[in-house]
Amino acid sequence: MRQVVLRFLPALLVILISDSVLAGEVQVAVAANFTAPMKLIAADFQNETGHRAVLTFGATGKLYAQISNGAPFDVFLAADVETPAKLEKEGAAVDGSRFTYATGKLVLWSAKSGMVDEQGEVLGTGNFRHLAIASPKLAPYGAAAIETLTRLGLLARLEPKLVQGESLGQAYSFIATGNAELGFIALSQVYQAGKVKSGSAWRVPEAFHAPIRQDAVLLTRASANPAAVQLLTFLKTDKARAVIRSFGYES
Amino acid sequence: MLDEVALQSIALTLRLAGATTFVLLLAGTPLAWWLARTRSWLKGPVGALVALPLVLPPVVLGFYLLVLTGPRGPVGQLTQALGWGLLPFSFAGLLVGSVLYSLPFVVQPLQNAFEAIGDRPLEAAATLRASPLDTFLTVVLPLARPSYLTAAVMGFAHTVGEFGIVLMMGGNIPGKTRVMSVQIYDHVEALEYTQAHWLAGGLLVFSFLVLLALYVLQPTGRRRRGQGA
Repeated sequence: MRQVVLRFLPALLVILISDSVLAGEVQVAVAANFTAPMKLIAADFQNETGHRAVLTFGATGKLYAQISNGAPFDVFLAADVETPAKLEKEGAAVDGSRFTYATGKLVLWSAKSGMVDEQGEVLGTGNFRHLAIASPKLAPYGAAAIETLTRLGLLARLEPKLVQGESLGQAYSFIATGNAELGFIALSQVYQAGKVKSGSAWRVPEAFHAPIRQDAVLLTRASANPAAVQLLTFLKTDKARAVIRSFGYES
Repeated sequence: MLDEVALQSIALTLRLAGATTFVLLLAGTPLAWWLARTRSWLKGPVGALVALPLVLPPVVLGFYLLVLTGPRGPVGQLTQALGWGLLPFSFAGLLVGSVLYSLPFVVQPLQNAFEAIGDRPLEAAATLRASPLDTFLTVVLPLARPSYLTAAVMGFAHTVGEFGIVLMMGGNIPGKTRVMSVQIYDHVEALEYTQAHWLAGGLLVFSFLVLLALYVLQPTGRRRRGQGA
């Protein structure tokens, strides 16, 4: 057995080394709301280019703190526009590499069917105890929810009923467990194969709030990493954009 | 510096920690007494349940509390049937969560103290015809006083530092459920590092001083007990 291993060892080494020379690796920091589409895109990316995208998911603010403290990420897919811009200004991201890879859509969702009507008029009735949103300070979707309520003239009335999750994921869990009867979350959280997969929902018209643009940026330490540059290019291809759209984003 | 929102969260945190410590000392005493004195086979399981919050991530506790006390959970259905409404997103909900979370920090020191006292002082009191309650108040409580101090300080400080349960059950409502740790988290996430430093630094100093006080006070207590024995 040992001899067999020894005989094949050089060949094995050659395979391992050549593999790591030919195929690059890119460390990607991904905003949590983009988890599902990015997993698919990373798989497609590896199939087409041979490069491996290693994904880390988290809240944009937390990922920012990690990146500006030297976390080894090559590409950052944020949930907003401001954070990548800030990194670029601070010299942590490559100038001119920023672009919008997805635009999020806001949805008023309830785990109960029939709770939310298609015009969102349930908001006006106030016929519920709690309305969940993501923290407007931390999550662009939370800010868009507040903007929508303001536009509907309901913010003052509904404010006492608001409960905040620190992230979209938490706002979702408040609604999914029924502790909040309904709430504003990202369409991508409840969207599958072209429709809302459970409960009832009102898709908030885009005119009701500023667009929820999510920007990607190349980080400085990866400026010479071809795999990182290729991943950003790949995100703009029709194939990747079709995946992004299938999760309820615009791209 | 500390703005009004920060002061509000500090006040809420102190109120929550105070109420939690009060409830824990009241409810923890009989529980610790039972654990210290019983020979029942239930001692093991109950002791393990009390110690669970030591090893479980608070997020697990918070998640199960959210599910159990929600409108579809058994506890939630009970509290609704009793007309109390639902626990999540309320001060009462945070209090229940904090009591569970800090339970071992109060029960275990008390249990150790009660076990250390042993049978002899109790038997001596009984021969002098002291009632069990009288014995507890005049013999056990004074002997266990240093441990009550430890239990109260640890229960209070541990609740002040609580995060996961509040995050899961609180809903981040200013003045009602937005405690200091959540406020710090908000500041860090929003990249407001100056405000975060004020609160986080304050919490660090507070926690150190509390533990320092405990460690400075404790050896004297032990010595006193040692001399008395």
